[in-house]
Amino acid sequence: MRTRDPHIEGPTALSSGLIGCEICGRAVSVGAETCTRCGGRLPRSGRRSTDAVWAWLFAGMIFYIPANLYPMLIASQFGSEQASTIVGGAIDLIDHGSYAIAVIVLVASVVIPITKFAAIIWLCLLVRGRGEASSHRALQLYEVVEFIGRWSMIDVFVVAILAALVQMGFLASLQPGAAAPFFALSVAFTMMAARAFDPRLIWDRLGGH
Amino acid sequence: MNGRPARHQTGLLACHCCDALLTEIDTEPGQRLICPRCETVLTTSRSHSISGVLVSAICMAVLMVAAMLLPFISLSAGGLERNAAILDAARAVGGAAWPLALAVGAMIAMIPMARALALIYVLTPLSIGRAPAPGARAAFRLAIELRPWSMVEIFLIGVVVALVKVAGLASVALGAAFWLFVALALIAFYEDAALCRRTIWRMLA
Repeated sequence: MRTRDPHIEGPTALSSGLIGCEICGRAVSVGAETCTRCGGRLPRSGRRSTDAVWAWLFAGMIFYIPANLYPMLIASQFGSEQASTIVGGAIDLIDHGSYAIAVIVLVASVVIPITKFAAIIWLCLLVRGRGEASSHRALQLYEVVEFIGRWSMIDVFVVAILAALVQMGFLASLQPGAAAPFFALSVAFTMMAARAFDPRLIWDRLGGH
Repeated sequence: MNGRPARHQTGLLACHCCDALLTEIDTEPGQRLICPRCETVLTTSRSHSISGVLVSAICMAVLMVAAMLLPFISLSAGGLERNAAILDAARAVGGAAWPLALAVGAMIAMIPMARALALIYVLTPLSIGRAPAPGARAAFRLAIELRPWSMVEIFLIGVVVALVKVAGLASVALGAAFWLFVALALIAFYEDAALCRRTIWRMLA
């Protein structure tokens, strides 16, 4: 199961009976519950379990379904209501010729969330010993996932801004649909999933020396 | 420092990405400590980084107050022109959408402000060579943990998308507060680059 990586020699904290504090970096004896320097909580076994990652991830994936089925924005004009979903809103933008903006919305609301679900699942399986990959590559993927997840919030801001403009009387009636809270929570839960993942598990596959 | 005899882990650092065990060393100005195992940057100690982060946190706190009060957007529709500040928007969004408004307000104003105040509280004594303020470690941990939820830069993209969506319905102009938010996003980028957690943790130890 061990993947060969260059320059992986040298002791790890865990193989020396220490736990590294993820917040401040101090190496503390295994068994300590809080870091002696910053007071941050330390996991009892030295690593954060992937159980929390799976839990946040499933919550995020489940909420992503209604987020795409329900309308994100409801426009009412002359007594008739027009509801558009996330993808529908992007198609409206394409119809109006705003291709660049449509691409931003589609990437932020569809491509990033779905890629992120897949990447987190892949990372969790990898650290359980399914599949092989260079630890450097896996760490890079984790860093990209952690960095990019927040950008999915764009559509939530768009809906909130439009709703605020309507409330202040700038626009005709337009209101947030049922999808908005589901989508916001889906993004928040997947951000929590990425943060719950312990990147040291990637390197534990190699063992310490 | 804690009165006990030096234990074997004193001065040892574990890489937060790959768990490599390293000796904690003081980096010279301009030097970076890079993990030999996973190549993560561990320390980017620069002599000016603390004052730089402090100044950017003070700027953020001041600009954020101004950005709340100044007009963010002005729309003219049907011969009527109106200005709106972010606080007007927060007051206006009532009814069923209030949880959404609260979440957005937290991500674009309350959390960035809380982070800026926490950093000012932590870094002011350090920058003038005093002992850390009481509770400084908890405040610094809070500032780090809140970073992903501070979404000023993402909000700006949302504003642009929203303006394109309403472009046909009303003519829209951006107010001073929008450009303050652009400045806030740039300051946040600078702060991310200048803030070296490990250097500050060592000073808080």
